Amino acid sequence: MTALEIRDLVKTYPVRNAFGRVSGEVRAVDGVSFTIPAGGVYGLAGESGSGKSTIARMIMGLTAPDSGDILIDGVSILGQRERALVQMVFQNPGASLNPRRTVGQSILVPLAAHGFAGDRRGRIGDLLDMVHLPRNFADRYPHELSGGQKQRVAIARALAVSPRLLVLDEPTSALDVSVQARVIDLLEELGRQLGLTYLFISHDLSLMRNFAQTVGILYLGKIVETGPVAQVFQDPQHDYTRLLLASVPVISAEEAAMRPVIPLINGEMPTAEELMALRAGLNAKEPAR
Amino acid sequence: MSALLSVQGLSVSFTTYGRTAEVLKGVSLEVPQGAQVALVGESGSGKSVTMKAIMGLLQQPPARIHGGKIMFDGRDLLTLPERERVALRGTAMSMVFQDPMSSLNPVWTIEDQLTTILKYADRRLGRDRDRRGRRARVIEVLAQVRMRDPERVAGSYPIMLSGGMRQRVLIAMALLSEPRLLIADEPGTALDVTTQAQILKLLRDLVEAQGLALLMITHNLGVVRETSNYVYVMNKGEIVEEGPTAGLFEAPRQQYTRDLIAAVPRLTGRVAP
Repeated sequence: MTALEIRDLVKTYPVRNAFGRVSGEVRAVDGVSFTIPAGGVYGLAGESGSGKSTIARMIMGLTAPDSGDILIDGVSILGQRERALVQMVFQNPGASLNPRRTVGQSILVPLAAHGFAGDRRGRIGDLLDMVHLPRNFADRYPHELSGGQKQRVAIARALAVSPRLLVLDEPTSALDVSVQARVIDLLEELGRQLGLTYLFISHDLSLMRNFAQTVGILYLGKIVETGPVAQVFQDPQHDYTRLLLASVPVISAEEAAMRPVIPLINGEMPTAEELMALRAGLNAKEPAR
Repeated sequence: MSALLSVQGLSVSFTTYGRTAEVLKGVSLEVPQGAQVALVGESGSGKSVTMKAIMGLLQQPPARIHGGKIMFDGRDLLTLPERERVALRGTAMSMVFQDPMSSLNPVWTIEDQLTTILKYADRRLGRDRDRRGRRARVIEVLAQVRMRDPERVAGSYPIMLSGGMRQRVLIAMALLSEPRLLIADEPGTALDVTTQAQILKLLRDLVEAQGLALLMITHNLGVVRETSNYVYVMNKGEIVEEGPTAGLFEAPRQQYTRDLIAAVPRLTGRVAP
């Protein structure tokens, strides 16, 4: 069964010149489609400007798409005000938690917003249990917690309204690697327990290989390659996927042997005009998969 | 031959609000002439304090260096008069900072910023260069860091450059003073992975071509493997393990290093436990 379906999503932004006049447009998201089966983990990999954050914002209802549709369990969520089905965990828990609210108060915000009527204190305690934090953390402030603990609170807050889908936007990139491993373990455990579906947005391909089942490589607003993560990484078809994989710093000879051998671009990144030309090339050459 | 940089038993404590914390507990490490050495550790391990102590950038107080030596080219930096210390900093040893935006002055052109450093370096090295000579050297060093159009970059303000270009400007800055030791603090971590790969390759090529010694400070084990031959692993203010990079990654001896390496996700997928 499909939990999330994204259909031909498009979002363009106007480009303004120095005088505020519209001089063109950027297609930030350019016809993106994918589906995530219930309980699955879909990884969206891309660099800055690829459109991954715009896609997350549209799924969260923070940005309206120009065209296309977003369906959860077969029902379009565009235009719906109630969005308890989708929740988000942000990159930097230091910035996404209000420093003046206790952990309990932060978790209470979505509960109250969605009209939770039961025992609030008990629910907050249960949520803290779920993310393996002591129940008495409800009375602590974010500055009393470590980075990993803060991210656990952010996860508890996202789970407060029992969502079906979690959008994870680089959830561990601000954390140390040993802390990252434990947060990923927790997300996997919660996914199994609660039957959650994850959209995992990251630029860390090694992490993606270990966490996602299916991966979409996003480049200039388009998914240039998609497939089972093991297959895409073993046998990348698109030049950009090869470049990404070749760029990953790795720690073992086996991984190094797996990286495609391509001469890394020695000069500067392409200019806007060159990107346009590149994109024209991409439009002409559709991905193999 | 003795090492270019040799830190011996460095101990540093921090005192804030009347409480004292031992931050470095006898750290020893060596960077031989022309070697590529990495210092790796997680947040709070003490790697940045070590780096700051070497560069002489520790604020004292709250910090207090209460033991050890930092030998650079046969001289102990900790007992050197401040004047001589300042003369070494940014000349014999140069630093590439992590955050390219906050390390550049937003209202000066790249050429102005590089020229300032060049004048300083020339004075230290007793070189005489006129304006045209300085401009030529600035353009030359920008070309060395593989700017495609060095003239245009020289006339640009930081905001007009991409993150990768700014990082390369910082490397150019470090090179201007013709250092013998380059200390790099997490270069490229704020950048996209393809850009980071370019930056690391550039650093590697430059260090090799010019015979510089490199001390790479990072939390990323992948970056360690890509840029160094020898690695020191730090945890809680101590060096817990050291050795040639490849060997240490293949067969870590200490439990801490083993756990750290096991926590790194692999491009090849999960390792069987």
